[in-house]
Amino acid sequence: MEWFETWGLTIIVFLPLVGALILGVIPKDNEDALKTTGLVATLLAFLASLVLIAQFDYSGGVYNTYQFEVEESWIGAINANYHVGVDGISLPLLVLSTFVVVLAVIYSWNHWDEPKNPKAFLILMLILATGMNGTFVALDLVLFFIFFEVVLLPMYFMIGIWGDKSPRKVPGFSKLFETRLYAAIKFFLFTLFGSAFMLLGFLALYFESGNFGERTFDIVELTRLGSGGAFTGTFAFLVFGAMFLGFAVKVPMWPFHTWLPDAHTAAPTVGSVLLAAILLKLGSYGFIRISLPILPQEAVNWAPAIAILAVIGIIYGSLACLAQTDMKRLIAFSSVGHMGFVMLGIATMTDVGINAAIIGMVAHGLITGLLFFLAGSMSHRYHTREMSRLGGNIKLMPVMGGILAFTAMASLGLPGLAGFWGEFMALVSAYNPLEGLSLGVFRTSMVLGAVGTVLTAGYMLWMLQRVNLGEPPNEWEGHTFHDVDRYEAAAWVPLIVLIVAIGFFPKVIFTSTTDTVTSLVDMAFDPEVTAALGSLMKGG
Amino acid sequence: MSWEVDYLAIAPELIIIGSLFLVLGLDLTLPRLKKYWTATAAVAGSALALIPLAFLAVEGETISMFDGSYVVDEFALVLKGLFLVTAYIVFLMSVNYIESERYYQGEYYLLLLASVLGSLVLASARDLIVLFIGIELVTGPLYLLAGWRKGDVKSNEASLKYFILGVLSTAILLYGMSVLYGLTGEITFSGLAEATAAMPNSPALTMAVLFLIVGFGFKISAVPFHFWAPDTYEGAPTPITAYLSVNSKAAGFVAMLLVMYLALPGVSDVWAPALWALAALSMTIGNLSALRQTNIVRLLAYSSIAQAGFMLVPFAAAAVAGADLEEAFSATVIYLVIYAVMNLGAFGVVIAGARTTKSGEISDWAGLSNVDSRAAVLVAVFFFSLAGIPPLAGWFAKFVMFRSVMIAGGAATVVLAVVAAVNAVIALYYYAKVVKSVWLDDATREFPGEFDEPPAGSLRLALAISVGLTVVVGFFPALATFVADASRVIAAGG
Repeated sequence: MEWFETWGLTIIVFLPLVGALILGVIPKDNEDALKTTGLVATLLAFLASLVLIAQFDYSGGVYNTYQFEVEESWIGAINANYHVGVDGISLPLLVLSTFVVVLAVIYSWNHWDEPKNPKAFLILMLILATGMNGTFVALDLVLFFIFFEVVLLPMYFMIGIWGDKSPRKVPGFSKLFETRLYAAIKFFLFTLFGSAFMLLGFLALYFESGNFGERTFDIVELTRLGSGGAFTGTFAFLVFGAMFLGFAVKVPMWPFHTWLPDAHTAAPTVGSVLLAAILLKLGSYGFIRISLPILPQEAVNWAPAIAILAVIGIIYGSLACLAQTDMKRLIAFSSVGHMGFVMLGIATMTDVGINAAIIGMVAHGLITGLLFFLAGSMSHRYHTREMSRLGGNIKLMPVMGGILAFTAMASLGLPGLAGFWGEFMALVSAYNPLEGLSLGVFRTSMVLGAVGTVLTAGYMLWMLQRVNLGEPPNEWEGHTFHDVDRYEAAAWVPLIVLIVAIGFFPKVIFTSTTDTVTSLVDMAFDPEVTAALGSLMKGG
Repeated sequence: MSWEVDYLAIAPELIIIGSLFLVLGLDLTLPRLKKYWTATAAVAGSALALIPLAFLAVEGETISMFDGSYVVDEFALVLKGLFLVTAYIVFLMSVNYIESERYYQGEYYLLLLASVLGSLVLASARDLIVLFIGIELVTGPLYLLAGWRKGDVKSNEASLKYFILGVLSTAILLYGMSVLYGLTGEITFSGLAEATAAMPNSPALTMAVLFLIVGFGFKISAVPFHFWAPDTYEGAPTPITAYLSVNSKAAGFVAMLLVMYLALPGVSDVWAPALWALAALSMTIGNLSALRQTNIVRLLAYSSIAQAGFMLVPFAAAAVAGADLEEAFSATVIYLVIYAVMNLGAFGVVIAGARTTKSGEISDWAGLSNVDSRAAVLVAVFFFSLAGIPPLAGWFAKFVMFRSVMIAGGAATVVLAVVAAVNAVIALYYYAKVVKSVWLDDATREFPGEFDEPPAGSLRLALAISVGLTVVVGFFPALATFVADASRVIAAGG
């Protein structure tokens, strides 16, 4: 498998795109061929990522070294390269991404939101897959930016074409707009606004790196410079701020989160799943991969602010959940809270915190992805998402009700399920943040975060009570509901298995991440180790 | 003084002249129903002219003729390639459009070929007189072509407005040039550069430079000299609008940059602030006006005004900051090349889509994706590329622009960068509006036009070329950066 060393990542990233091109020439009416092609393309990418897991060398190693690395000249004039690679941090996220896309294709086998058109939907889904996989392996800022942006257009169209058609009031306009149109453009403009500043930050780094040799966009090279203390002062402050805007909108952190409830609620089921499971991770991954290692000192300066915003997000998200009447919107707001824990973990700048963030990202991807699947399937059957009209779901559809109960428990962080580790470890790390960070701020954050977990349990149980328990309202009397069908089962069972597996054996994630994260923290924040590494790498 | 002529070096021009006479002859002799051969001659001519260009590019020598007034270097070759390829695409778009109008096919191609010839001359011009001949040869035929749809009042208005303002700007331009000549006694760019650098700043020199900028400002329709553009664009036949917004605009840009960069680097303290203001105004006013447009061609007209502003940004920024102009020069040229491809594509898809919608109102394009999904995909590709969304070619143009601004540094530059960044987001809104109408809105009416049969082969070829380039350059911007290398040649004194 020598060739896999060089071609593996490229295959994982671009196979879906090739699939999209093949779909482009298959006639619209041949639905079976379309679906099979989509499934084969995503499945092959997933299998390739399994090979990646098998061949990955877990024996640890120094941060800033990558496996399956490829570096080819791409845009010579600006010294931007096609540089990709994985390490212990990106591996779980990459696999999550290829995995969830396969499930999304399986689920959509017979669940097409109006106006159907499987061909267009599958093409968008595959382009999206390329963008997401690419972001997790890109080691060049320009390449990263491109992949980061590639996901925008497919998601814009998914929300805008297949989204929720009910009218809604938009502030400042007298006429009513369709929800999908409002949500799509809001998602687009928010993200583009953030990424415009992110790009400016990247460019600034590029020019500043010229002071230390050839100008470069290379993340590996910039990490080496940054951890050696190359970028400091006002410059670093502004660059961190610019990149912060880009990533924080994507995560999303309070107060940049307002696009999220609209986009999630309006998106078609598969769109919400991919949005929650993977797209949000692009932002928090950007913090870990780019902001922290390249601008470590500045990251420490910004850490209290990030922690405070994260905690506001946790509390605000939970309280907002309690005020929702729409089940899908409630799940959307719960994402704000969960991503708050992820960001709190990152803000502590410790190995425990960053490990917590990564396992939190994976767990949130699995759990919230499943919740959105469930919400989609339920609204498909009830034709409403209003919780006041639902009830007794577990009597009407025992299997689906059971899965919903299970997933809600996972989401509220029940020990033994995947959601527990991210929250628990984030709180632990907030008790003991990086040396030099204000203990007051972080320990207060910890207490407030703990309150947040209680609130999370509150709204999740409240949702379960209203949707799942009790007697079905009279409205549904005489209706027979088709319980979970086999496509749904095929898409959900793997998620359930993984949620339990990670809950009991968080080691499956930590095996990959721990060494790399520890080395990252040492390299970025421990002056002695940093100096040693710096000379080591210069010598090499 | 040497009058030796290298015929290979001017072979593209000669081929265009040849096909021009061929079209003329065919038009005189062929019966009415066979006039479409004139179109074939024009298309073939513009394609043939690319062949000697390829030979010259392989050779890669700088050939200077007529005492340095006419130079064929890599920079000129790149621009000639651009002018010929875009002309080729415009010819392809014209074939069906003009044939269905059923009159004066011969004259149409004759005039358009003359304009193309002008742009080729312009790319090689290295003195004021050749430059002037080139730029007037580009615009002259367009006054007539803009009014081609004789029966249409709007087309007449288009032609008349363009003619009156165009002639006025020509007069101002020529006045500026003559003052410059009077002051220095030089017409070659290199001579002017030496003379103006040595001269003390005089009001006459300042006036001459400003007159030049006003003159060129009209040609590139920069704010505040843009008033003719929307009406002319809307009224002219759509292929001519495409030509106006791409070739003729590019020609104006090239002329302006050549004069400022090669002939007047010594007085950059006069023209730099003026270009800065033109850039900021064009971006902002172009975009804000575009926001309110309901007609797709007028929207593209204002968008092209705003794009002209973006194109000016690198050059203006570098000049104001006193930074190296070389980087800025190549950034502007890269932007120009990418803009040409995607804007031509946008007009091509407007022609293709209009077969179905029979209307230029954006609201009438609602739901087009349901009946003509190919045109709808192309609308998305070209409009999002114009907005600068990766991985379509437009992102690299914007990227290069911001990059060169960052190189320049300085307070005035930062202000310009912020203006550009805000405008980039505003622009997205109206480009996305068109895409939204086509893809997301439901059709409000039955489409009147035909949509069962595909568009003519020539139009499909034109669209295929532009969409191919837009996507490929987006993924491999390295293809566009050879332009940058070529424009460094001129910086090295070629």
